[in-house]
Amino acid sequence: MGEPTPQHVKELALPSGWHGIVKDWSSDQEAFKVSWGKAMMWIFLLSDTFIFSCFLTSYMTVRISTTVPWPDPSKVFGLTIAGVDVPLLLIAIMTFILITSSGTMAMAVNFAYRRDRKRTALLMLATAILGASFVGMQALEWTKLIVHEGIRPWGNPLGAAQFGSCFFMITGFHGAHVTVGVIYLLTVASKVLRGHYEHSGNYQIVEIAGLYWHFVDLVWVFIFALFYLW
Amino acid sequence: MSTTVGQQHPIRIYLQIWGLLFFLSTLSYLVDYFRIEGYLRWGLILALMLMKAGLIVGVFMHMKWERLALVYAILLPPLCLLVLVGLMAAEADYTFLTRGIFFK
Repeated sequence: MGEPTPQHVKELALPSGWHGIVKDWSSDQEAFKVSWGKAMMWIFLLSDTFIFSCFLTSYMTVRISTTVPWPDPSKVFGLTIAGVDVPLLLIAIMTFILITSSGTMAMAVNFAYRRDRKRTALLMLATAILGASFVGMQALEWTKLIVHEGIRPWGNPLGAAQFGSCFFMITGFHGAHVTVGVIYLLTVASKVLRGHYEHSGNYQIVEIAGLYWHFVDLVWVFIFALFYLW
Repeated sequence: MSTTVGQQHPIRIYLQIWGLLFFLSTLSYLVDYFRIEGYLRWGLILALMLMKAGLIVGVFMHMKWERLALVYAILLPPLCLLVLVGLMAAEADYTFLTRGIFFK
């Protein structure tokens, strides 16, 4: 707490007009006390939240407004194992896989800050493998729905035509996010393993990649509840 | 020298949250398995969903330990979506009723 700066000095230090706008938005202005990489990832995730919310809101809108009965997701996504119908089994397995991958990711962040490169890379690899198996199961599910159930984006034999468009749009967009996440994780993991971050000793990139991965899991929590269970 | 200090927490807390998420997911699956219907079903689904979301954002994404400036900047804007959801629910109800009148 020094002497307050006199008003005329303040005005001199801050340029006005276009130059002032640039100055105000760039030089050493800092609202978030985290690295820019982390702040930007959070802002990206915020924008992604709005995209997924728009999909889910439009799904809600068409589901409320249709006069044709909505197909029962519990039956559509059920599996028959040894002659017994188990509702929603594949989706439940996919949910557990994604949660498990979130757990291994959180642990990878922990080991990264301890600069344990091998364990970090291994846990990230495990996360990526779980993510890839999630996408694989999704491909299986899509194949079942398209080939065996005859569900198309413009109609299906089970009920409301909007079921297909919502399903393919929402799970497709989420699956694309998982796929990108797998590639992102593998890239960072291989860099960690090669010692790319040893020079700076800053392993925050693992935490930032983790934010993205947990977000993908977070979106699935909403899709699972609102699309599959509703 | 490291210039940024990241989020470092004991592994135990991650494992606990992981177990808790498994438990909550099992519960939400059981809601469907036992075919619970009506408001109880929707209430349970939403409650379990929000609990899981809170655990993921709070602990796995470390929001619990971030400074409030960041927490509010990220978590408050999505609340606008509730307005959108409300508007669209009203609009969809209206569309449904109109369709009921014209397509019988």
